[in-house]
Amino acid sequence: MATVKTLIYLIVYPGLLFLFLYSTFVEWYDRKLYARLQNRMGPTHTGRFGLLQPIADFFKLMAKEDIVPDRADRKMFSTLPAVGLAIVFTAMLLLPVWNYSLDQPSVTSFNGDLIVLLYLLSLPTFIFFLAGWSSTNLFSTIGGARVLTMLFGYEVPLFLAVLSPAVLANSWRLAEIAAFYRQRPALTLVNLLGFVIALICVQAKLERTPFDIPHAETEIVGGTFTEYSGKKLALFRLMMDAEMVVAAGLLATVFLGGFPGGALLGLVNFIVKTLVVIFFLSLIRATTSRIRVDQVVSFAWKYLAPLAILQLLIVILVKGLIS
Amino acid sequence: MKFQIPIGPQHPALKEPISLRMTVEGEIIRDADLRLGYNHRGLEKLAEQKTWIQNIYLTERICGICSHSHTTCYVQGVEKLMELEPPRRGLYIRTLVAELERVHSHLLWLGVAGHEAGFDSFFMYTWRDREIVMDILETISGNRVHYGINTIGGVRRDLDEQQVKHILDSLAILRQRSEYYQHLGTNEPSFVARLAGVGYLSREDAIALCAVGPTLRASGVPMDVRKDDPYAVYAEVPFEVCTADTCDVLGRTVVRIKELFQCYNIIEYLLKNLPSGPVAVRAPRRAKPNEVVSRYEAPRGENIHYIKSNGTDKPERLKVRAPTLGNYAATLKMLKNGFIADVPLIFAAIDPCICCAERAVSLVDARSGQEKIISMNALKQLSRQVAAGNARKREAEWPL
Repeated sequence: MATVKTLIYLIVYPGLLFLFLYSTFVEWYDRKLYARLQNRMGPTHTGRFGLLQPIADFFKLMAKEDIVPDRADRKMFSTLPAVGLAIVFTAMLLLPVWNYSLDQPSVTSFNGDLIVLLYLLSLPTFIFFLAGWSSTNLFSTIGGARVLTMLFGYEVPLFLAVLSPAVLANSWRLAEIAAFYRQRPALTLVNLLGFVIALICVQAKLERTPFDIPHAETEIVGGTFTEYSGKKLALFRLMMDAEMVVAAGLLATVFLGGFPGGALLGLVNFIVKTLVVIFFLSLIRATTSRIRVDQVVSFAWKYLAPLAILQLLIVILVKGLIS
Repeated sequence: MKFQIPIGPQHPALKEPISLRMTVEGEIIRDADLRLGYNHRGLEKLAEQKTWIQNIYLTERICGICSHSHTTCYVQGVEKLMELEPPRRGLYIRTLVAELERVHSHLLWLGVAGHEAGFDSFFMYTWRDREIVMDILETISGNRVHYGINTIGGVRRDLDEQQVKHILDSLAILRQRSEYYQHLGTNEPSFVARLAGVGYLSREDAIALCAVGPTLRASGVPMDVRKDDPYAVYAEVPFEVCTADTCDVLGRTVVRIKELFQCYNIIEYLLKNLPSGPVAVRAPRRAKPNEVVSRYEAPRGENIHYIKSNGTDKPERLKVRAPTLGNYAATLKMLKNGFIADVPLIFAAIDPCICCAERAVSLVDARSGQEKIISMNALKQLSRQVAAGNARKREAEWPL
C-alpha cells in the first residue's frame, strides 16, 4: 500500500502529471490575467476560454525543428533542459501538499527540507546561466552574465525573507512551519513585510517583468534562450512554469499556512493559495517596466536586503515576546 | 573584454532594417557604428517619371506614419512653383489633418517607448487610444493611414458640422487619456528609472550634430518650423513650442506628451474658427522652370523637400530629406558610454523611420574608395559569386 501511495505521489499527484497540467493552467492564468490587465483578450481559442492554449503551445514546440549550434557544447546544450526540469519537479515533491500531516512523516518531509527546497530553486538559475554560456551566442552570453548578476541581488533577501517565518516557527521543516501558522493565524501578520520582499525576489527569480533582463527581447533578442528551439525550448518553458508553481507553493506554505486537508481539500487549498500568490506576481508584471541589471542589484541591496534584515529583527523580537 | 554586438539588420528592437554595431565592454558601450542602405526605395527616380498630381500619392507612400507630412511638404513646394494660393478653408483642413497625424504619431511613439522599456501595459493602452484618432482621420479622409487628402491648390474633401462635432467629442476623451499618460510616463518609478539620464545629448551637441524635432527640443532648443518659418495657417494659430531641459529620453517623452496637448489646442482652435468657402483652387498641369525648397515640421522633426521643375508636367528632380536622417549623427553620440540595455530606448527615442530616410545605394570599394553604380542583375550575380566562395561549415539539408 505504501509503495502504491509513493508511486502515486511521484507520478500522479503532486508529482509529474499534476505538476505538468497545473503548470500549464498557471501559464494560462498568468497570460489571461496579464492580458486582461492590459485591456486585451488573452488566449480564447483553444479549449474553453483558451484553457488548452499552453498545452497546445507545448506540443507545437515539441514538434518544431530542433537546432543545436555548431560551436555549442552539444552534450551540455542538450542535457540542460532535462536536468533543469528534473530539478524543478523534484523541488515540487518537497512541498507539503499531501504529506502535510506531522503524525505520518513521509520520505519527502524532513527537518531541513526548507533549505533543500531553497537550494533546489537556486539551481534553475545556474541552469539558465549554463544554457546561455554553452550556446556560445553573443546574446546568450550576455544573457547568462545577466542571470548571474541578478542572482547576487535577489538571492540573499529571498533567503532572509523566507527563513524569518521559520525562525518564528522554530523549525526548518515546511510541514511544521505551516502547522505552526495554522494554529496561530495572527502571527502570519508578523511576516507581512517578508512576504512582500519574497514576492519581489520570486519575481526576479522567475525572470518576469520588471526583472526579465536576462531575456529582454528588445535588447538581447532571446537572451539565454536565443539558440534554443524545438523540444529543448519547450522543456525550458515548461520548467519556468513549473518553477512558478513551486515558488508560489513555497511562499504559500511559509507565509500563508500551507495546504491542510488531505488529498482533496489539500488540493483545493493548494490551488487557491498558489493562485493568490501568482495573482500578485502577474500584477507586478503588468504594472512595471523592465529595469536595468545594475538597478536590480542596487535596488536589492539598498532596499530589499535591509528590509529583510528588519523583518528578521521583528521576528526575533516577537519570538521573545511570545515565549 | 571588448567585443562587438550587432544590433540589426534583423533584431526584435528594430522594426525596420538598419545595422547598429556596438563595441561593448561588459554592459557598457564604448563605440557605436551605424550602417545604412538595407532599403533601396528608388523613389526619387520614380518621381521624375510621374506627373505633379501623381507624385502626391507617391510621396504619401514615403512613410506610413507621417504620410501627410510628406505630401504637404511636396504640395506646398509645388504650389510655390505654380504660384497658387490655396483657399483658407483648404489650408485649415490641411493643418487639421497634420495635427491629427502628429497626435497619432506621438501616441504611437509613447507605446513604442513603453515596449522598448519592457512596459507592455503602457504600450497596449496608448495603442488602444490611438485608435480614436485613427477613427477621426478615417471620418475626415476615408482612410486610416494614407489619407490622400492633399491636392495641389488645397484639399480634396470638405468637413461638415457632424464631423466637426465628432472630432470635438473624441478629442475630449483623448485629452483625458493623455493626462493619464502624462502622469504615468513621468511618475511610474520603474519606467522613469529607465528613461531619466539615458541618452544624454547636450544643447551644444544637439545643435552641432543637426538634431531635429523632439530630440532637438528635448535638449532645450526651441526650434520648430511651425514657429520659425510658418506654413499653412500656423502663423495665425496660437501655440507654444514645447521644450525640455533634461536632454535625455525622459525629456523627449515629456516634449512629446506636451506636444500632444498643444495639438489638442490647435485642433480645437482650427475647428472653432473654420472659415467658409471653397477647399481648393484649380491647379495648372505644368509648372514654369524653377526650383524650390519646402520645409515642414513632421511629428519626427523637420522634413525637407527640394523640387525642381523644367516647364513640363513632371518634376525634373525631387529630393526628400526625412527627419530621421538628421538625427542619426546625434544618436551615435547618445549611444556612446551608455548601457546595452538602453540601446533600444535611445534609438527609439529619435522615433526612427528607417525606410523614410533611405534613398539609394551606391557601392563603394572599401580599398580604393571608388564609387560605382550597379544593376540589379549584376548585384545578384555578385552576391552569388561571394556566396559560392564562402566555405560552408555544414551541408544544410532541406527538410522537404
